Amino acid sequence: MVARAEALAKPLVIPTLLKQSIGAALIALVLTSLIVGIKTVDTNEALSFTTRFPSVAWASIGVGLAYLGFGLVRSGMPLAGLIASLAVGVAQASVLLWGGPAKELYLPFEDPVVNWVVVLVAGVIAIRAALALRRGDGTGAAPAGTALGDRIARKFNQASRLLAPLLIAFAITMPFLPFADRRFVDVATLVSTYVMLGWGLNIVVGLAGLLDLGYVAFYAVGAYSYSMFATYLGLSFWLCLPLAGMIAASFGVLLGFPVLRLRGDYLAIVTLGFGEMVRLILINWWWFTGGPNGINNVPRPSFFGIPFERNPPEGTWSFHKLFGIEYSSNHRVVFLYYLILGLALLTCLFSYRIRRLPIGRAWEALREDETACRALGINPTNTKLTAFAIGAMFGGFAGSFFATRQGFVSPESFTFLESAVILAIVVLGGMGSQVGVALAAIVLIGVPEFFRELAGYRMLAFGIGMVLIMIWRPRGLLAVRDPTIRLHPRGGPEPEPAKP
Amino acid sequence: MQSANGGRQTLLEVEHLTMRFGGLVAVNDVTFAAADREISAIIGPNGAGKTTVFNCLTGFYKPTVGRMSLHARHGDFLLEQMDGFRIGQRARVARTFQNIRLFPRMSVLENLIVAQHNELMRASLYTVIGLFNLPRYSRAEKKAVELARYWLDRIRLTDRADWEAGNLPYGAQRRLEIARAMCTKPVLLCLDEPAAGLNPRESAELNELLIDIRDKEKIAILLIEHDMSVVMGISDHIVVLDYGRKIADGDPESIRNDPNVIRAYLGEEEDEELPPQVAADLAQGS
Repeated sequence: MVARAEALAKPLVIPTLLKQSIGAALIALVLTSLIVGIKTVDTNEALSFTTRFPSVAWASIGVGLAYLGFGLVRSGMPLAGLIASLAVGVAQASVLLWGGPAKELYLPFEDPVVNWVVVLVAGVIAIRAALALRRGDGTGAAPAGTALGDRIARKFNQASRLLAPLLIAFAITMPFLPFADRRFVDVATLVSTYVMLGWGLNIVVGLAGLLDLGYVAFYAVGAYSYSMFATYLGLSFWLCLPLAGMIAASFGVLLGFPVLRLRGDYLAIVTLGFGEMVRLILINWWWFTGGPNGINNVPRPSFFGIPFERNPPEGTWSFHKLFGIEYSSNHRVVFLYYLILGLALLTCLFSYRIRRLPIGRAWEALREDETACRALGINPTNTKLTAFAIGAMFGGFAGSFFATRQGFVSPESFTFLESAVILAIVVLGGMGSQVGVALAAIVLIGVPEFFRELAGYRMLAFGIGMVLIMIWRPRGLLAVRDPTIRLHPRGGPEPEPAKP
Repeated sequence: MQSANGGRQTLLEVEHLTMRFGGLVAVNDVTFAAADREISAIIGPNGAGKTTVFNCLTGFYKPTVGRMSLHARHGDFLLEQMDGFRIGQRARVARTFQNIRLFPRMSVLENLIVAQHNELMRASLYTVIGLFNLPRYSRAEKKAVELARYWLDRIRLTDRADWEAGNLPYGAQRRLEIARAMCTKPVLLCLDEPAAGLNPRESAELNELLIDIRDKEKIAILLIEHDMSVVMGISDHIVVLDYGRKIADGDPESIRNDPNVIRAYLGEEEDEELPPQVAADLAQGS
């Protein structure tokens, strides 16, 4: 039945595919003709431009071929797709690797990264074609993408029960491992800060479902509170930390009140405005906050009152003297790392526990259906305000840490981009998933730090990644929700897979 | 305070309830009472204002005029004076919705636990001692699970307790919504078209469940319904609304023969014969 239908359809398929591929190539031509075809050049006199029409031609041909390749796989001719894509991919890769003089003649694009993208696309088509051949159904259509993704995420979630302790153990022993140089620990500290911010924002966005685009405001409030208490009043870090958290939490309530009735887009816009307001106040209230200059000489952290100094004043202690070890500037770095690790783990433990408490369940219920919550006698005002306050409090803690680590705060550190990055971590990781947020922070913050050479492509990769995730995993990579309480032990009647 | 029929205590008294939306009078001077431990039904053609009465009762609307008083065992309440959520929390009036409103991505069991929010909140000392998982809180949580389990057994969803609620079949979602409302330990259960979308078998099961709730839990049920087999089969008392006014009030037998009701449902010409569908519907209940 199927075979006959295919035999009938095939003569029609090729011309249709060709037509569609040419169409795709033409669209690519129109789109790239100006974006790629014209390049501005800064000559000595003025800004002028040169053309890159060969690249435009290659890009259009490439898009047409890729379209044709996917089309072949999808319409039951995976073998042709496999051979063609392998030929293109292998040829391109070998020229890139061992080309020598052939590079000048053959390579379509000037930039090696773009050339490798061609290899990558050819590889993806080849893999799809090979999978289709192996399944033998000839269609090569991926099994319903969301279901597959869900299965993987579910598996991963089960594995994360094992993975999480391993990650934590690794994080704790990391500074003593041989590869951990100063730069590595620094990056790990930065990543941990964002993990903590992600977990904090996860309470507001992931659990309570309140889209907050101004989370950086609480980070800023925490950082400035710490800096002011520490510089003006001379309070210690451990005293300032809870104070900063409390002040940030009050700002959370302050933001919460006006937005109680808002949902979705409107809420997002107001929170975005709030974030900008805080930044502008920090800039303009110069006699209090130092304006654009910020606050200098924020006290560096001490080991519970014992400073990290090479030559402490006579009669006082210093960290290396206390422990009788050689002075090393790394001590402070490692201490900072443990400090933020501890704070982040505290946030994690707190969110883990609060999800299993009535308030956490009420947050999730509020995210699902506010009207039903009210009918059940849940006070929506208090529930929302606690979510804002607690999320803000952890933002404030992270802010204090930021201030003590940098030794300097200024409004520039608290732009909207920060909020966007933190939100991206939460969304990418899967709202509500703790391990997902940690992994997303590593991918979004840690990886770019180690690939600084490719910084120019960072935002591009970021954007492409976001688009792909919105297509395939709109709820985030690891968005599989585990019930907070079970009647039957795990492995009983399996819960139905989520609807697509 | 004795109601007219059966000599039971009056639980809910609605007096002169009026709700205006701009120029539209959705509910116009409606007065009725619902007795404790009885099933009362509000019926009427589409747009008669039934759901508006419900929304006033459960605090989703503030009535323009009128008094709604609840005389429950745990105290007297003036519902029109209370904030929406406090009607569920303090007066213990629970409701379900015409279009089911579960928490679809939470599990069935979690839906029932969320319904016991206020009690658990107190047990966790507003989260403070809950964070440390002290025995007082874990005991309370265990009790909450027991209550949930009891209702899961009653609605036959025990083996699917850990499913996402949104993945249940439609009939099961209806039952779960009723169970969730019951987990708030209400004194008055308001059901907005509980039989909508159910097949005849499910609808018969629903009748049994509601009668069971009335007799075993000893609470009052107020329901809006179009399905006459449900209304006539289980109601002890029926209120008929049309164009926002009450046109009849009484037991099922008297409602069935009330000329006003027949006119409201079938139009003015009383000498015309009933359409067969309606005649069947009306006969079904008896």
